[in-house]
Amino acid sequence: MLRPSDHIDSAHANPGDDVREIRLSLGGWLRWAWRQITSMRTALILLLLLAIAAVPGSIFPQRSSDPNGVTQYFADNPDTAAWLEGFQLFDVYTSVWFSAIYLLLFISLVGCVIPRAKHHWDALRSAPPATPQNLNRLPAHLTARMPGVSPDAAIAAAESVLRRDRYRVRRYDAANRLTVSAERGYMRETGNLVFHVALVGVLIAVGLGGGFGYAGQRVVVEGQAFTNSLIAYDSFSPGRFFSDATLSPFSLRLDKFTTRYEETNVNAVGQPIDYTADVTIEQRGEEPVGDVIKVNEPLNIGGSDVYLLGNGYAPEVTVRDAAGSVIYQEAVPFLPQDRNLTSVGVVKLPDGLKQQVGLIGFFYPTVNEGHAGASFSMYPDLLDPMLTFNVYVGDLGLNDGVPRSVYALDTSKLTKLTGTKTNLPSLELRPGDTAQLPNGLGSVSLETVKRFASLDVHRDPAQGWVLVFAIAAVAGLLTSLFIPRRRVWISVREQADGTVVEYAALARGDDPTLSAALTHIANAHGSNLGLERD
Amino acid sequence: MTDTLSQFSVLSLYSAMAVYAIAFIVFTFDLARGAGREANAAAASDSIVQSTGEGSTATLTRVRAEAATRSTSRGRLARIAMALTWLGFLFQLVATVLRGVAASRVPWANMYEFAMTGTLIITLVFLIVNLKWDLAFVGAFSTGLVLLLLGLSATRYYVEVVPLPPALQSYWLVIHVFVATLGTGFFALGFALSLTQLLQTRREHRTVDAKPTRLAWMSRLPDSAQLENYAYRLIIIGFIFWTFTLIAGAVWADKAWGRYWGWDTKEVWTFIIWTIYAGYIHARSTRGWRGTRSAVLAMVGFGSVMFNFTVVNIYFKGLHAYSGLN
Repeated sequence: MLRPSDHIDSAHANPGDDVREIRLSLGGWLRWAWRQITSMRTALILLLLLAIAAVPGSIFPQRSSDPNGVTQYFADNPDTAAWLEGFQLFDVYTSVWFSAIYLLLFISLVGCVIPRAKHHWDALRSAPPATPQNLNRLPAHLTARMPGVSPDAAIAAAESVLRRDRYRVRRYDAANRLTVSAERGYMRETGNLVFHVALVGVLIAVGLGGGFGYAGQRVVVEGQAFTNSLIAYDSFSPGRFFSDATLSPFSLRLDKFTTRYEETNVNAVGQPIDYTADVTIEQRGEEPVGDVIKVNEPLNIGGSDVYLLGNGYAPEVTVRDAAGSVIYQEAVPFLPQDRNLTSVGVVKLPDGLKQQVGLIGFFYPTVNEGHAGASFSMYPDLLDPMLTFNVYVGDLGLNDGVPRSVYALDTSKLTKLTGTKTNLPSLELRPGDTAQLPNGLGSVSLETVKRFASLDVHRDPAQGWVLVFAIAAVAGLLTSLFIPRRRVWISVREQADGTVVEYAALARGDDPTLSAALTHIANAHGSNLGLERD
Repeated sequence: MTDTLSQFSVLSLYSAMAVYAIAFIVFTFDLARGAGREANAAAASDSIVQSTGEGSTATLTRVRAEAATRSTSRGRLARIAMALTWLGFLFQLVATVLRGVAASRVPWANMYEFAMTGTLIITLVFLIVNLKWDLAFVGAFSTGLVLLLLGLSATRYYVEVVPLPPALQSYWLVIHVFVATLGTGFFALGFALSLTQLLQTRREHRTVDAKPTRLAWMSRLPDSAQLENYAYRLIIIGFIFWTFTLIAGAVWADKAWGRYWGWDTKEVWTFIIWTIYAGYIHARSTRGWRGTRSAVLAMVGFGSVMFNFTVVNIYFKGLHAYSGLN
């Protein structure tokens, strides 16, 4: 059967069939289920269900694209969140129900494509079908009288005209008439099959790529380097079949990070114009080479792509104990909080001072003071930088084995010594400044301010295939929608008053230009025989 | 210089809106008085024509309405409205080009600009399609929609010319976004035709049942089957563009965000729209779904396109946060 039974072109099912099959064996049931799932109606309903099922993923934050949003949602609405979690609404696109829909859809698709491919294969190798008895019943039909033209000449001309239009042609002659049957546009069904097979290809390639690939995130401060290995990453998400061996061996150093902000356009002062990361790459056994990573220009290193996804400031902080010896010196990445890069960062000092000390810092690249006395940054570039610290002492909570974020300080077991609601003001530091910590604990200095880049390293071995299948799908779609498949018949009869030629055409699938095409064939046939139109 | 040019752009856009407003009114009058009278006469002759020539030559007659419709002349009001739409289009074209020149880049980098270019394309698709078929009866919808969107974006979404942030500095901005507006243009017209088709089907049923109908004026428009064919042919073109938008977007996302697909809210909705229209195309060849049901799908599809452009842009959190609004 060419199409599923509920296809608009197919004949109505015979109700008698159902009656006979009322008592079904197991095999019968399976056949029935298979027929249901591969029917066009089921495929259509699954397709629409898929569209509906995708909606919640845009309403609720998803772990895949917005993990912080999920955490926030749990904090804001704990009750609803737990309930939503039960329906996997924070992981919609990997949920059981979403997967069930698209897997069923693809099973339905494969079940539809296989018999159609077989049928098409047969059609490609067979001749056009016999000419129908009554051509005037067909959707497009024309008749012409051609006195003085012999039937043999007329049918020969018909054959050559159709062949020239790249029809596949076959003669079917009977006693009372000579006919040709012709068909074209086999590419329409070929394109249709290619499109659907390519979609399966996309799905498989996406699955394989996700399984064998990986994605790692790493914050690098100017002057720092990291090697492409598991321990180097701040966060790392491997595919199901990932193995360490696929990490291409290279190291990357961030030499310099340059930003440019709009300065002249009053409507956009401070808007970022350009981010450039100058890096040095060293691959195993090769000389180090300099290169550049920009926002829309990732760098491919040995099959992995390195992307520039974020940046910010990393003030270089030195802490000395009461005796003046350095116990801590690091460039600390501060997370940007707004478009003028007011940034927040944390310094944890578990050892080296009399007490455990935690510092919560605010960094303002261009500091300004608001009406209420609170500081803020008024421009993202380093025009007038200032760093402030609130000092906490007590238990940093690092010894109980629970993993802690380096960007957050758990103040539940800490006492605040400086800043609001204390007797002491926050420590204020400009580059080169040193401030004393309270209680004679020691001192803290701001040496310089560096920049950091947050880099993503990705590898997806199948993504080239995803693109290939996607392009194949578009090519298939174009052919299947715009190449008309049609059958044309030309019949020649000899009557008392001369030769009568009938032209008829039948579209297979949507074909808005069927009639025009038939008219064109009839005209070409006339010209071929040397006839003029009235 | 930038300011002067963008001020001229705004001026030209307001002129375009004024002209569209007049065109809208004329189109509406035309609908009320006799749109497509001749078109339908031709459509009615959509039957098998048998012609027998005399003498020694073959006389061949065209069969379907398709070709015939093209040659029919429009009513006077429709002609005036079409001319006004062309005029409005030219004003809007100037406005859009000036905005691009003022910003020294393509004029579709924020919501205001996207609305401006998008409605320009909707109008262009309407005008071009009308060179082929007489769809002047869609004019009231087309100019009305364009006016509404332009009015909304000029008053609510207007932003001054600002440079492109690093994430948008890519030639994919030119390709991906432009093809998306092209797709939107075809879907918009498809929506209008599907809506007309639904109303027409309703009128036809009531007429068959000999019941009174307030849609009698629609008897002058093409019949529902013909409307469905028009809608289908426009929507499949839109679908091709949308498919391309999806793929180009994935290629760009891979360059800019480090992954080709991540279920970002805008990606989700682009996928949903693609799926709905894929459903529409299948519905047309499924028994029981051709006609009214597939028309409803086409309308839901364009509803989603509009939802994606407005609600998703402004209220949904995601990476496509380029509305330029704060």
